[in-house]
This record gives sequence, structure tokens and C-alpha cells, in this order.
Amino acid sequence: MPAYSSDAERLIEVSHLAEVQGRSLWADARSRFVRNKAAMAGAFILIVIAFFALFGQLIAQYERDMIDFTLIGANMQKGVPSIETGHYFGTDSSGRDLFARVVQGTQISLMVGIVGALVAVIVGTLYGAVAGYAGGRTDDVMMRLVDVLMSIPFMFVLILMLVIFGRSIFMLFLGIGLISWLDMARIARGQTLSIKNKEFVEVAHATGVAPFKIIMRHIVPNLLGIVIVYATLLVPQMIIFESFISFLGLGVQEPNTSLGALISQGASNMAYGVLWQLFFPLGFFVLTIFGFFFVGDGLRDALDPKDR
Amino acid sequence: MFSFILRRLAIAVPTLLILVVLSFILMYAAPGGPFNSERPLPAQVLANIEAKYGLDQPFWKQIVNYVWNVVVHFDFGPSFQYEDRSVNDVIAQGFPVTLTYGFWSFLLAVVVGVGLGAAAAIKQNSWLDYLAVGISIGAQVLPNFVMAPILLLIFTLWLGWLPGGGWNGGQWEYLVMPVIALSTSYMASIARITRSSMLEVLNSNFIRTAKAKGLPMRRVIFKHALKPTMLPVISYLGPAFVGMITGSVIIDIFFSTGGIGVFFVNSAFNRDYSVIMGITILVGALTILFNLVVDILYAWIDPKIRY
Repeated sequence: MPAYSSDAERLIEVSHLAEVQGRSLWADARSRFVRNKAAMAGAFILIVIAFFALFGQLIAQYERDMIDFTLIGANMQKGVPSIETGHYFGTDSSGRDLFARVVQGTQISLMVGIVGALVAVIVGTLYGAVAGYAGGRTDDVMMRLVDVLMSIPFMFVLILMLVIFGRSIFMLFLGIGLISWLDMARIARGQTLSIKNKEFVEVAHATGVAPFKIIMRHIVPNLLGIVIVYATLLVPQMIIFESFISFLGLGVQEPNTSLGALISQGASNMAYGVLWQLFFPLGFFVLTIFGFFFVGDGLRDALDPKDR
Repeated sequence: MFSFILRRLAIAVPTLLILVVLSFILMYAAPGGPFNSERPLPAQVLANIEAKYGLDQPFWKQIVNYVWNVVVHFDFGPSFQYEDRSVNDVIAQGFPVTLTYGFWSFLLAVVVGVGLGAAAAIKQNSWLDYLAVGISIGAQVLPNFVMAPILLLIFTLWLGWLPGGGWNGGQWEYLVMPVIALSTSYMASIARITRSSMLEVLNSNFIRTAKAKGLPMRRVIFKHALKPTMLPVISYLGPAFVGMITGSVIIDIFFSTGGIGVFFVNSAFNRDYSVIMGITILVGALTILFNLVVDILYAWIDPKIRY
């Protein structure tokens, strides 16, 4: 929502519009996004966190799985976060450097979020576009399947799968991939329904373009705006999902770790006063989620034509 | 209406069957049986155990038996790890607890969420509105496994007001933290949905008409605005229910409340398939049933849906 501070500015804006030959959807969206303070703050937070995840290991003074036996049991005295010892975030109860572990936790959380969102974008968009474009009975069957899958409490099924096929990152990704595309399929279908009766699709159809090509060339590109918005909003959900499982100890396994597992360890040790073990992973978790929500909301305001 | 309910049931029942069959196939496909342990059992012993639990029968016979027992007798079979209790015992022990705090959490989320959202919309751009929006944005990042440690830290470790866990027959001191931890993020979502829906309704023509004919504001809101406002909220109740029943696992683990979540996670570590499956199917059935109720409620309230 553009907020003009004065008439003069509005005039300048209008005169710009007159000389420039119209702005594209994307340029328009970008300027709206840049003006949105919360979204820019979110983007800034995300960039900092991404840098932390990518390059944090270079700053860390210790390997993430190196156990310092002199620190076990003396966490309250020697494991305190400090610059001098090199344990910037302190150590965990096994005497491992928490900074290095939080870096890895953040990496895994971001990766889970991005993989989940990618699967959602690819599978969900295609599925929804095909269902919406095909219409009729095909649409009914395809969307009914989505309804059925959505009404199953998926976390329980995923845990069942993790138990049966063993707990590994691969299974975790598979599980997240299996669930993440459902919402996106619904959204993409809804959008496709409104696009498929537009003239350009009719023209393509009339000139004999194959249905699948119409979907790929004409429908999917027009879905992109909405898809990007929901993909961004999906990332934090996937991160929460993974952290949930890791909090229970069923997700990422030692010596690897994720933010959910770190929060769980911190929470179980907080009675001993080693609160940094809770607060550092919790802080990174909350900031990451906040960042994605703000950016997602900002993108929605910028790209969703309804809200103009 | 009756035929609408019948049609919804016609979808719900196969969904449930798919869930039962799917989880059974998953279990059957598991590499290694439930009785394979680090110290291998003698072949004869293993065969005897498998015969006792019916695992030596062909696949189709096992699955038909299982589905039959679950659907007709509501019997989920014995636990594979604890000889002295069946899955039904586990459910009977844990489920009332989960149901109790789940009920309160759901009630709290809906009542406070709708109240907060509606108040924010009616007094748009007042301090109340900003407070409600602020809370709902903040609570987005506070899922149950974040809320639980924070609450425990503040109210048990720092203030010492509430017991740090346990159930004790469901006394209120033991209920407070589980209920708040479980409901916060859903309360926030419901508040946000109610607010935007209420704003849309308040700007619509029929509300303007109601105001124009001189109805007092209270009457406009309760008689005209509230019902259409609730439609998007009602359609969110299904996902909220799934989220809460999933979150109850965290609550049970963190606050040692003794609900089904504890059994679920312990069985997950013990590879006690029958318990995991039983709980999964129970939760799935509840969810499907709940969605059915929500659909009927929605159709009943929304005049646009013809059944």
C-alpha cells in the first residue's frame, strides 16, 4: 500500500509514470516490497542468518563434535559464553561448542525449509495446474486425493515411517516433501481456474497448442507470483515441522543436530541455570521464523493483486 | 441436510479405511520384524512368538484380521513390547488425559481468539487493535515446543507458582501451562483470521443497511456480523484440531502429563508397531470425524451452500 507523504511526491510519481512506458508487474512489486519496513527488516534478518549458517563454521573456534572433557560437569563455571575461551555461545552439557552446533542447526533448519518449499513449488504447482486445467472428473479425483491426504494427521504417519524405515535425514526430507505440496496444489488449482478462461489461453487452445504445453507455457508462469508468496510462507512451517520432530528426538540424529534438537537439550538443562543452552538456539529459531513470515507477508502485499 | 451428511460420510469412511490399510502396509513393509533384537532369539522361539501374534499368517489374512478387529471390535491388538497390556489399555489410560487438556486448549484458542479478533476489528486502529495484531504476529513464532520451555522457565523456575509437570488427576495448577503452551499459536491464528474476516463483513452492504436503519451497534454485530465472520474461522478449525492433537505429543513429553503422546513417542523408540499404529489410527479417525462435524457446521451456517 503506497503511502504518499505529500501531493508533490504524488505529482512526481505521476510524471514519472507518464515518461516511463509503464512498469512491469515485477518492478511494481519490488518497489512496494522495498517500501514495506517489516518486510525489509525480515529480509535483513534472513540475510544475516544465511551468512551465519554459511560462514559461521569459519569463525567457530572448535569443531562441532569435539568434546571437551574438562568441561563436563563444570558447565556453570567454565562453559559460560565468552569471547576469551572461544566458546562464543558457551558449551552444551557434553562440553561441545554451542556456537558451532547452532551454526549447524541453523543450516539444517534452513535446508529443510528450502527443500520443503521447493518440493511444494514443483509438485504442488504442477499438480494444481493440471487438476485445474483438466477440470471435470480428473479435477474431482485429484483434489479429493488432496483432501484425503490433508485430513490425515501427518505428523503421526511420518513418525510411524521414521520408526519403520529408520531415522535419517533422508526420511525426514521425504516426509516433509510428501506433505508440503498439498496446500500449494489447492492454491495453484484455484488460480488456474481463474486463468484458464482468459483469452490468451483460449487463443492458445484454438491454435492447437497441446494441453500440457499450455499449462507449462501459459498457466504456470502466471501462477508464479502467488506460488512465490506461498512458498515463502511455507518455509517457516516446514522449519517448525522439522524442529517439532527433532525436539522429540526422532529427527536429526547425533552427532548432527538441528535447532529443534538444540532447543530440546537446552530446555532439559535449564533447571541447572545454563540458560544460554536454551536461549541461543531459541533465538535463532524465532528470528528465522520471524524473518520468513515478514518477508512472506511483504511479498504477498507486493504481489497479490487483490490487496492493491 | 440428511443426504449431505450421508455424502460426507461416504468420503470419511473410505479415508479412514485407507489410513488403516496404509499404516498396516507400512508396518508390514518394515525391514525386520518387531521381535528382531540385538540379541537374536532362537528360531523356534521367534516362530512361536510370531504364531502367537498371528504374524506367521499370509499378508492378506493378517490385514483382513487387523481391519476387522479395529473396525468391528474396536480392538487394536496387543502391544508387541509389553506383554501385560494391549493397545486398548494404553489408549484407555492416556486418552482421557489428552482429551481433557486438549478440550480446554481448543476452547481457550477459539474463545479468546475470536474475542480478540472481533474486538480488534470493531475498534480498528485503536490500541486494542494494535495489541491484538501484535500478539498474533508474536505468537506465530511461538509453537508449542517453544512456548513450553519458556512457560516452564518463567512460572516454575523463576516464579515458582506452578508445578513443573505431572497430572495429578487434572487439577487446575497442572492444567495451566499445558493448555497455554498448546493453544497460543492457534489462538493467534484464529484472532488474525477473525479480525480480517470481521473487517470484511463490517464493510459489506448488509451491515451498512443494518446500521442505516438505526440498529444499535451491539445488535448489528451479534445479530448480523458474527455469523458470516465465523465462516473462515470454522474452516480453520479442522487444521487447528490436527495441529493441537499433534502438539499434544510435545505437551505429554515436556510436562509429563501422561497422555497418549508419551506412549506414542516411547513406542516410537521401542519400535512397538502396534501401539504406534493404534494411536495413529485413533488420531486419524478423530480428525476425520472432526472434519465431518466442521463441514456440517459450515454447511449449516453458510446460506450459499445448498445440500
